[in-house]
Formats: sequence, C-alpha cells, structure tokens
Amino acid sequence: MQIEIINGQIIDPANQINEQGSLYIQDEHIVGVLSAPKGFIADTTIDAKGQIVCPGFVDLSTRLREPGQTQKASMYSETQAAARAGFTSLCLPPDTQPVIDTVAVVELIKDKAEKCGYPQVYPVAALTQKLAGSELSALYALKNAGCIAVSQAHYPMQDLLVLRRAMEYAATHDLLLMYCPQESSLSKGGCAHEGAMASRYGLPSIPYAAETIALMQCMELIEQTGCRVHFRGLSCARSVVLITKAKKMGLAVTADVAMHQLHLSDEDMLPYDSAYHVVPPLRSEKDKKGLLAGVRKGTIDAICSDHQPHDVDAKLGAFPETEAGISSLETVLPLMMRLVEQEVLDLSQGLSKLSYEPAKLLGLTAGTLSVGAIADICVFHPRLKWKIQAESWLSQGCNTPFWHKEMPAKVTYTLQAGQIIYQND
Amino acid sequence: MRAIENLQLNQQGKLQHFLSIEGLNKALLTDILDTAESFADMSSQNVKKVPLMRGKTIVNLFFENSTRTRATFELAATRLSADILSMNIATSATSKGESLLDTIHNIEAMQVDMFVVRHSLSGAAHFIAQHVAPHVSVINAGDGQHEHPTQAMLDMFTIRRVKQQFTGLRVAIVGDILHSRVARSQIHALNILGAEEVRVIAPKTLLPADVEQLGVRVYYDMAEGLKDVDVVIMLRLQKERMNSALLPSESEYFKCYGLSEEKLKIAKPDAVVMHPGPINRGVEIASRVADGAQSLILQQVSNGIAVRMAVMSMSMQPQGGQV
Amino acid sequence: MVIEQIDISDLLQTLEQSLQQLITQRQLNNPIVIGIHTGGAWIAEILHQRLAIQEPLALLDISFYRDDFSQIGVHPKVKASRLPLTIEGRDIILIDDVFYTGRTVRAALNEIFDYGRPKQVVLGALIERDGREVPLRPDCIGMAMTLPQGQRVKITGPEPLELDIQNPGERS
Repeated sequence: MQIEIINGQIIDPANQINEQGSLYIQDEHIVGVLSAPKGFIADTTIDAKGQIVCPGFVDLSTRLREPGQTQKASMYSETQAAARAGFTSLCLPPDTQPVIDTVAVVELIKDKAEKCGYPQVYPVAALTQKLAGSELSALYALKNAGCIAVSQAHYPMQDLLVLRRAMEYAATHDLLLMYCPQESSLSKGGCAHEGAMASRYGLPSIPYAAETIALMQCMELIEQTGCRVHFRGLSCARSVVLITKAKKMGLAVTADVAMHQLHLSDEDMLPYDSAYHVVPPLRSEKDKKGLLAGVRKGTIDAICSDHQPHDVDAKLGAFPETEAGISSLETVLPLMMRLVEQEVLDLSQGLSKLSYEPAKLLGLTAGTLSVGAIADICVFHPRLKWKIQAESWLSQGCNTPFWHKEMPAKVTYTLQAGQIIYQND
Repeated sequence: MRAIENLQLNQQGKLQHFLSIEGLNKALLTDILDTAESFADMSSQNVKKVPLMRGKTIVNLFFENSTRTRATFELAATRLSADILSMNIATSATSKGESLLDTIHNIEAMQVDMFVVRHSLSGAAHFIAQHVAPHVSVINAGDGQHEHPTQAMLDMFTIRRVKQQFTGLRVAIVGDILHSRVARSQIHALNILGAEEVRVIAPKTLLPADVEQLGVRVYYDMAEGLKDVDVVIMLRLQKERMNSALLPSESEYFKCYGLSEEKLKIAKPDAVVMHPGPINRGVEIASRVADGAQSLILQQVSNGIAVRMAVMSMSMQPQGGQV
Repeated sequence: MVIEQIDISDLLQTLEQSLQQLITQRQLNNPIVIGIHTGGAWIAEILHQRLAIQEPLALLDISFYRDDFSQIGVHPKVKASRLPLTIEGRDIILIDDVFYTGRTVRAALNEIFDYGRPKQVVLGALIERDGREVPLRPDCIGMAMTLPQGQRVKITGPEPLELDIQNPGERS
C-alpha cells in the first residue's frame, strides 16, 4: 500500500525538519521525506493543506482499563480515543486487574490490542509481585514477553531495601524503572495539595515533600544500583530543581509531567469538584510555573496524558472519597497548542515532547519521520476549534475538568505502521 | 482562589441550603441572628412551639456519631412543629455499603423536605445539596474538617447578646484548628460580621497550612495571644491527637495552651470564655474557668436551639418549590 | 366618602362604647385585652385604659402563625408575643386595627388557642372593610367601609394615630 501525504507542514523535531512538503509511505515504512522515491505511485493521497504532519505521539502512561476494570472503559474505546488524539504508541501501567506481573497477562494484553486494531500497546511490568512492594516480579520473562519498562504505579515502595534490590535486578536486565515518586507516610489519606486551598476546604492534604523525598530516596540509589530511572508525573517546582541538579551531576535520569499539571493549579479547582481530583494533586501556582520552566528548559523531557478514564460513579461523592484521575488523551494536543500560544515552547519543541523525547527515553524506535522509520504519523489542523462534549469525545470516561470547553487543534489523520487508524475530514 | 459558588442562595437571594458561612454576607448572617432572637424568647414561654414548619418532614442524616448536635436539631425541628426522623448511618472503611447518592435518593423517595447532614468527609453537604430535588433543603451539621456553620452561628449569637456588637472585638480561638470545622466557620463568621481581629493560638502541629489566608493572626505563645482579647474560644482536644505525634501529652498541652485562671487574667477583665463542647476539664480548660463567672458555655448550649430554628425556618423552601 | 372627613377619635369612641355594651351583655369577667401587632397593639393600649381593664395588656405577633409564611419567608424582626401565663377559662377581648380578609384574626385565634382554652373570645376592630376571605367577623367595630379595587386602608402611629389610604402599588 503506497500512501502520500501532500501539501502539509512537515515537522520532524528529531531531524530538525520544519517545512512545507510531502511524505511518502510504503506499507509499514516511510520511504520519502520532502521528495518522492523514484517510481513512487500513490494508492492513497492525503491532502494536508493548512495542516501539520508530524510523528505520531508516544504516551508514557495510558490506562486502558483492561484487563479487569471494564466498567470504566475498554481497550477498544480507549485505543480509538488514542488514535483520534494522534497517539500511535501507548505505555500501559501495571496496575491492571490482574496486575502485569506474569507473562500470561502480557500475552493477554498484546492479543487484545491486536484484536482492537491497535497493536502498539506496550505493557509496563510491575516491579514487585501484585505491586505489593515485597517480592520481585519475574522481570526477565516479562521483558522477553514484551514489557517495555517496569514500574510500581501509584503503590509507593515502603521498604527501601526492597527498592534497592529491585533497582539492581532491573538494572541487571537493562530495564527502565518508571517511578512515580510519592512517599506513603506523608501522603496517606491525602487528596489535595497541602496549602491554602486544602486548608480552607478542610481537605486531607499531601505536602510537596512527599514527592521530593521519594524522588531523592530513589535518586540516591541510582549510582549504587546502576538502574536507569524515569520519574513519572512530577507535580512541584522543587522536584524540577532536584532533577536539574541530578542531570548536571551526570545522572542518567529523565522526567515527565502530565499535561494537565501545566495548565491547572489548586487555584483553578472548583470547590469539591471531583473532575479536579488527581494524583499527584494540582499544586500551587508557583509549582505550576516551576513545571512550565522545567518543560521549557528541558529538565522535564516529556509530557504525557496520564490518561485515567472513570465510570460516572467513581467521581460521584464527597471529594475525598472520589477516585482520582482525568480522561485526558483527547485534550493533550489542544493543550499543547495552548502552551505554544502562551509561548512556553515553540511548536516543534512541543511536538517533540509528545513524540521523539518519550520514544527516546523508552528506547523505542518511534517518534521520527526519518526515511526507513515505521510510519507512525499524525496529521492535524492546528487552529480548528471544537467543543468537548459527548458527540466529539471517544473515550468512555467523561471525567475531565475541560468538559464543555472549547479547544484548539483537531487531528484529521492518524497512521500507525502505515495503516490509517483514524481519519476525519 | 475560586470562591464557593453560591449553591446556598436561590435566585431571590434567599437561603435555600445552609452549608457554610463562607459565601454568605453580613446582612444575611445578621438576619439569622435577629430571627434567632425571636425564637430565643419563645423558650421562656409555656408554649414553646410555632406552626412554621408544620407538615414538613426533616431527616437528621448523621454519618458520624453525635448525641448533642442531633438532640438540638431534633428539639429545634419539634418546636417548629415539623416531623423529624433521625438516622444514624454506620460507615466503615472496610464495608463501603450504599453510596452517598443512593442513600440520599432512597430517603428522598419518602417525600422529605429537609436534610440535616453530618458526615466525616469535607464537601459531603455540598455534594448532597447539588443532588437533591429542587424543593429539598440541606443543612450542614458538620462536614469533615470543613465547616460547622450552625455552631458558629450560635457562637456569634452568644457573643452578640453579651458584647452587643462585633466592631472592635478581638477574638482568640485556641486549640486544634487543623482538625476543627467549628474553627473554620467561626473565623469566617467573625470576619464577615466585622470583628476587629481574629487570632488563632496553637502549636504548629495543630495549624493548617497557610492559615493566615483565612484571615487570622497566628500566635504560638498563649500569653502573647491573649493580650487585649475580648472573647476566648477554646476548642476541644481529642485524645487521638497524642497518638498521631501531634502533641506529647495532655499535661504539656494544658501547660502551653490550656485556659487556666491565671491565663484568663491576661485577657481583658471583661473577657468571656466560650467552648463548643464537649469540654475536657483539665486538658484545654480548667474546671474553675469552665464553671466561672466569665464562662458562656451553658448559654451557648441553650442558644443552640433558637439558632437552629432560625436556620431551618429560613432555609425552608416555599410550598411546592414555587415562589 | 372622603378620608379627611373621618376622625379617628370618633372611631375609637364608637368602638369603645360598643365594647362596653358587649362586656355588660356577655358578662365578661375580668377580661384580658390582647392587641395584634402592630396597629392592633396601639388601639388595644388606648382601649385598655379607657375600659379600665384590670389585667395587664397582652400583645400578639402573629408572624409565626401566618398562612402565607411559606411564600414570604420568615421576617427577622419578629417581636415576641407577650401573653399572660394562663389563657385557660379566661374571657378575651381581641383587638385589631383593620379587619379585612380575616386571616390575621384566624392566625391570632390559632396562637391564643395553642396557649390554652379560653372561655370566650370577642373581637373588636377599629375598621371593618370589605373583602372577607374566611368566615369570621368582628363583634364590635369603629366603622365599616367599602374600598375600590386595589385600595388598602392602614393605621399609622403610635403618635399621632392616623388613617392612611394606599392606592394600588403603594407600599409603606
């Protein structure tokens, strides 16, 4: 199958390309950038006039809710939402039911993803069995079965000796540890950032020290254990300072932030509105500014969705008893365009944070439009406005603080390994 | 910071739910106090009932145990000639049971007109008010650590009766501010009604983050904090606080933050002492102070019924929801 | 009829004489005079003195007994009713300024009967106007009048006590 995408603005940050032109695809691969290969005849032509053509996005954390939580969403609905949102690779965190701690679960996930027509779902293995924090999972077998990294999801490690050993074992098999830093005794029972807003509304709170302490505990074990670590989901300015220092010292660490943390602080929360209930919590304006600076300066390598679709009941109740998380895949690109509007980043840098950088830190060959690369491509209209509502939303979870808001940027085509997995013209 | 949207007022600006002192203005709070005055006079009459809420059904929905608050709401409802039903809903961390919304809808199906709710989670009353039928009113009897607005109103009523006005008044709230929904409501009420200064006196472990932003001045030293104070409000110290490393012992707490006769002398000579109750004698307040001439503690209790009558009758919605 | 021509003192005289006759006729024994706030209270005070009533004057605020409470809500400045310790078996002279729909008197009767069972209640009103909505009527009046659609009559006071006609839309 030969596809040509013509007249678009091709932005490929990895190869420093940002110009008008065309892209040529044969079967699964890109065979021509800006100029067609000799004798190329297209079966399908996509006219990308007025649109951006860029690498498909790579998400570091997408909860598809299968296996085990089908009342919230299904792999089918969420991969559809991902395709619509321009994502071509997804990392599935290990806190499924059952947990991703056996090869059988990995095979189940890969099988299901294939059946949904979205094979590029990369399971992340549980660092410890059942995520319980005491016994190691069979990391070697899990890696061979197709796990791209290891993680403890939001189950903080209580025993530092186990963390040290787990990091050493992961390092043995050259596995990346994606670590969500949250110290359990300081954050227990909390649901909001410890600050003026939580004090006013009487919400049990989580001080930012819960994040920075856990971050440092893990960081200090990196040199000792030789483990590669990616810090997943920063929420405070101080974490950015610590990562900056670590990188200066030459430590091989990377970090990401969830897109919503760059747009919302605790001051934006409508009182007791569970749409704003997330973990880590939305922190102060000062923290948000620190995260934005971290993104701008490159301390924060990537931005992800942290997609967590929920059923209606999960968000109905007094704030502290509601479940945390935002259904966020479909707002990532529009919110990126807002950051570009606010001049936090230019468009090329922004798209890089969504595709090339996450692919790079995962060790995935994706996120580029090089000749010979797998054809994972997103074509989108940067200025078209649309309103978030049931008709325009594919995720089964409607839990987002941006519901009914108007957003910029609409994806018109998404290709995964040369297959059109989404189109809307 | 976004102010709490005014779920509490209907389109005409009248009270329809009573969820928090925050979001109400001075005029409305004063109306509540004035209305409570007329009900207070009733208690000394032989006939203590008025037919204001005859035919109305009020449900006391208590998810947290409380004998005193529940009893005063029951009495207040009875004196308004309403039918009252008290329900104690047991909630445990392990057995989730019926969801909050299901509980509300099931009781609503029994044609009730008003809920009085006490819950262990902040924002519970707010949530319930957002989900009840249009003609149903919700009164917050305490939600988590957020607010206990009827308690604050009876405290304001008590202060006004003795001190006549709030202008120029210095009020100190002493104790576990961090866990106190009463304190938060009192701070809002005092500031809205125009008190000169609101102080909080507590160790750092018992103060919420950025508490100054609520409109208070912080004192760690009680001797400093009580100077020139007109009203001293003592908060109850729960025994559990010693177990969570918030305080070393009751005796150390009493030495630093307990109200003894000597410490009371630091405040103004005509200062009054208040306590939302129940009191822990010898822990936050000396017996002789609690029973002394400057104590308004028992008056607070008797004022509770009139204030709750005022709040309930003012929040009651017009017949059939039509205005 | 022109309002300027009506003298309140004439009305008071007529009412007083009428009540005096009724007291004798019905053999009211040591009656209690109860005035309904606010206008009725002023009239009751004057009559209490003129009829040389022994029992202290009693006052009633019917705000909590109004039947339109649920539409208009609680009025914060309600004065407490001052009623004697016992109503049981007593003769009552209930006084209001203007008897119109009858609802005020119904509310006042409800309140009095909540306090106890009187032997009898007689009703005196300075003015009785058309527009009755419940089957009650005063036993003694100062004068009767008919008013055109929308006009209301009020007594203002206490010093000086005056009659005031309000046209539709006017409020005081």
